[in-house]
Amino acid sequence: MTGMTAGEIRDAIAGRRMSSREAVQRCLSQIEQFDGQVRAFLSVAADRALDQADRIDGRLAKGEQVGVLAGVPVAVKDNMCTRFGKTTCASKILAEFASPYDATVVAKLEAAGAIIVGKTNLDEFAMGSSTENSGMFVTRNPWNAECVPGGSSGGSAAAVAARMVPAALGSDTGGSIRLPASFCGIVGLKPTYGRVSRYGLVAYGSSLDQIGPMTRDVRDAALLLDVISGHDRRDSTSINAPGTKSAARLDEPIGTLRIGVAKEYLGEGLADEVRAAVESAIDVYRGLGAEVVEVSLPHSEYAIAAYYLIAMAEASSNLSRYDGVHYGYRTPEPDDFIDLYSKSRAEGFGAEVKRRIMLGTYALSSGYYDAYYLKALKVRTLIKGDFVEAFKKCDVLACPVSPTPAFRIGEKIEDPLAMYLGDVYTISLNLAGLPGVSIPAGQSEAGLPIGLQLMGPHLQEERLLQIAHAFEEETDWHTRVPPMADAHAA
Amino acid sequence: MPEQIDERQVRHIAVLSRLKLSDQEVATFSRQLSAILAYVGKLNELDTSNVEPTAHAVPIQNAFRTDEPEEPLAVDEALAGAPQRAGSFFKVPKVLDQDSA
Repeated sequence: MTGMTAGEIRDAIAGRRMSSREAVQRCLSQIEQFDGQVRAFLSVAADRALDQADRIDGRLAKGEQVGVLAGVPVAVKDNMCTRFGKTTCASKILAEFASPYDATVVAKLEAAGAIIVGKTNLDEFAMGSSTENSGMFVTRNPWNAECVPGGSSGGSAAAVAARMVPAALGSDTGGSIRLPASFCGIVGLKPTYGRVSRYGLVAYGSSLDQIGPMTRDVRDAALLLDVISGHDRRDSTSINAPGTKSAARLDEPIGTLRIGVAKEYLGEGLADEVRAAVESAIDVYRGLGAEVVEVSLPHSEYAIAAYYLIAMAEASSNLSRYDGVHYGYRTPEPDDFIDLYSKSRAEGFGAEVKRRIMLGTYALSSGYYDAYYLKALKVRTLIKGDFVEAFKKCDVLACPVSPTPAFRIGEKIEDPLAMYLGDVYTISLNLAGLPGVSIPAGQSEAGLPIGLQLMGPHLQEERLLQIAHAFEEETDWHTRVPPMADAHAA
Repeated sequence: MPEQIDERQVRHIAVLSRLKLSDQEVATFSRQLSAILAYVGKLNELDTSNVEPTAHAVPIQNAFRTDEPEEPLAVDEALAGAPQRAGSFFKVPKVLDQDSA
């Protein structure tokens, strides 16, 4: 069963060839077997999951209607609020926090019958690219335990790659779905900004954050996107459009296709192995009759600087709510109320979170606002404009996800700036609000996955996924299993 | 755009951010934040004098709902995570009569 996709499990359960209880039990058994080493999960809700499974099985036995994901076990990144268990954001400041409400995506998954088996690890408050900034522990890449799974949705990526769950949700602010998907050899989709409700997603960079599916193939990503997308009146940045219908449209022929390749993205700094994998992937599309067009995104080199200023500024504002007053960690013996805030926050937050709060505060402070924050917002306009121009010449853009495959744990953690520079290919999409997907497209000499990124125009997820699916039909990278999970894949 | 944050500035920002830092942290952050600031100074290479800022990549207007009251969070639910509680209040150290208020 562990070799089955979410869609296959759903079909088997709906067809009564498998019970939901069996599906959940297999996942729990995989978790027991592998998670001691991988450490993808912060919490596992085994009893609740089995109860829900039994309820779904009961309804199916009576011939009742069930949802499109009925009985399918999934995992959810621990920055999405669930009324059950804890929502920690991998931070000591929320280590004991129990949310009084479910995120909209959680409610939608459960309404569709999916069974959330646990909450996955992340960089603290989603700030990071390796999951090494988790305030709890580090998650290991299932392909090589000495390597990072990527971040910030490293737990979700590792859980899916190691076949502990067939699908998971992640969140992406600067690449946090696409990068771990690439490092772990799975599919990761960041939808158009506003496509999926952020209600119940703990805010990091409100103008950048999006929730998306992390799955083993594009069909599952389409299935999950269809369930979680759609206007939500509780999120004022939610686009006024219904949910996508990408699963039903996935097999439509892709027709004439122009693939844009931005010259700035295949320049220096890109590892040869990654370049080779991306170029081979583009050749696959040529083989399908696609035209490859060179385009330019001239302001690419400014994207990281603009992103970090904007994200840190927004983060400094969003994280001001963690003050030890209403919920979360409170320092035991404050001298006064200012001390209550300052010590609770200092004791509860990790180093990266503090760095970003301070830089954000500085960038927004009197005398510096224009030079930093406002300047970054203007550069954002230029970056967005680059994509508008590029999409006049092509249907999708193809490029790497990361300059290198997964790096070793500890390799970049002492140098925050070096860590930031790894986001070079993912970050512009968040600034522009556009959709992008990472799909498995190769493997390094050392056996580490290499992803291909496809970027689409605004609200074009259905077409983007069709194009991604076409690649899967021609290749088998997405079927590869990390050695540790291989002997057990059914 | 200044490119260095010295320790005095780090301490000032820490006060604004309500973060109590150790001396070691002040020194480390001063170094790290300076490096990051020097990098983001790159944006100065661009002439943006005629460019409008983009605060939201996908602008939405008038995301309103009708002004009708709905069920609020119950008091006990709202206070469930309170580090310290007194009746239906969150309990905190004295706010008034402080010089630092």
